[in-house]
Amino acid sequence: MLIKSSKQSDLKEHQVTDESVYLQRRELIKKMGFVGAGALLTSAIPSVANAKGIDFFSSKPEKTFQSHALNFTADSSKNSEILTPEAKVTSHNNFYEFGTSKSDPVKNSQGFNVKPWQLKISGECDNPYTLDLDDLTKSFALEERIYRLRCVEAWSMVIPWVGFELAKLLQKAQPNSRAKYVAFETLHDPEQMPGQASRRIGGGIDYPYVEGLRIDEAMNPLALMSVGLYGKTLPAQNGAPIRLVVPWKYGFKSIKSIVAIKFTQRRPTSTWNVLAPSEYGFYANVNPEVDHPRWSQASERRITSGGLFARNRIDTLPFNGYGEEVADMYSNLDLRKNF
Amino acid sequence: MKYKVIFFKLFIHIAALLPLVNAYYLALTDQLGADPVESIIHFTGIGAFNLLLLGLAITPVSKHFKLSMLLKVRRLVGLYSFTYALCHLLNFLVFEIQFDWSLFLNEIIDRPYITVGMVGLLILLALAITSIPSLKKRMGKNWQKLHNWVYFAVLLAGIHFYWSVKSEIIEPGIYLFITFMLLALRFKKFKKKIKKD
Repeated sequence: MLIKSSKQSDLKEHQVTDESVYLQRRELIKKMGFVGAGALLTSAIPSVANAKGIDFFSSKPEKTFQSHALNFTADSSKNSEILTPEAKVTSHNNFYEFGTSKSDPVKNSQGFNVKPWQLKISGECDNPYTLDLDDLTKSFALEERIYRLRCVEAWSMVIPWVGFELAKLLQKAQPNSRAKYVAFETLHDPEQMPGQASRRIGGGIDYPYVEGLRIDEAMNPLALMSVGLYGKTLPAQNGAPIRLVVPWKYGFKSIKSIVAIKFTQRRPTSTWNVLAPSEYGFYANVNPEVDHPRWSQASERRITSGGLFARNRIDTLPFNGYGEEVADMYSNLDLRKNF
Repeated sequence: MKYKVIFFKLFIHIAALLPLVNAYYLALTDQLGADPVESIIHFTGIGAFNLLLLGLAITPVSKHFKLSMLLKVRRLVGLYSFTYALCHLLNFLVFEIQFDWSLFLNEIIDRPYITVGMVGLLILLALAITSIPSLKKRMGKNWQKLHNWVYFAVLLAGIHFYWSVKSEIIEPGIYLFITFMLLALRFKKFKKKIKKD
């Protein structure tokens, strides 16, 4: 038994400044500094960056989201594909919480504050638990996984993620026999995510963004919880501090900035499926045979480097080339109906 | 007056060409966003639409403010709209699907938003060709009849844009609204036409 003797001078629990308030104070000071420095910079140096041609398209953000190096074991698979350059991986993002244009997230997310962060694992399990920001990178051994990412818009990238298997995170919670699906939810914070505050910026989708997997899909060793890319913690625009990566499915399944993971008995909703059920299915497995109403899925453009004349159109593979690892899970399923 | 028109035309040439050349330079050298192909397609598409709306605004504005000089540059604005639209299509063919002709034909047939855009572009092509003065003279009254199709083309452009987006319908919505406003200004003309027919 713990016997606590309190002294007169001890702070009572209610007198302690709440961590979130304390962090806000630091944020306020930071902001004041940025506004001051930012004002100086913008007025004194009229677009030095635009020496080559007139660049109507990019504006350099004044603040930068902080990433730091991670310890991990390198990817040992013999993937010989050319990686998409880091600068492109971090500036070409579909993350409508920060704007609908591909270049919006990097511009609008640099002030994103991930402290404090909590990822709650709950639902149909015996050991629900919560991970704080530090736990995300320390609870499980980190490894690098070089995966192809295939967007439903028919472009693709090759990205060296850092993270751990989703299965490890799920098993720790000890799911019970009623756990048939896993539901994921992105942070809902309109103050930090302008797309959630304005339907114009957020593309008219309902937030928070939600996604889901069947439990066997979630337990597949390929399903990764990513906390970093290119050896460093995730940039805000890529889904800091933790996101899902499901490489055999279209990119929209790989939900970003996750705050909740829940084991469920029924199939959970997923954002794009609710918005346009005829266009985006629950499974969303990469499938060259089944076209999206707006894009042929038979081929894709691989984004690496090179300008307009980069000959980068390649055939799309079933399950994005991961059929050997995942096709078994769908042997009883008509993938044309269950797209 | 004459010099004014020449300077005005020169200004339009620069205002239309400079951004286009600049965008292609950046895209060719991989400086136009992470995916220069997507960027250049969007840039030329929106540019074509902007110029088309601008061209359609010229007649009502020049009438209202009695600026007959504006009418002298209407053809030029229209031709630049066509130029941008043609670049838009070529970008799709050359850089997006990279001369996969069967895919090109399939996409035009299978994707309603591309079908609609293609029809709009063909109308603009017909208008561009018949903008040659000698042809215009030879066509007589039929010229105006043909060029009234621009109203249909701008509507198709609006639908093409609206249909092409995933969920962010506000911007194409604004474009459609402006399109309807410009068409509404021709309400009397349309009414007359319908009565005549």
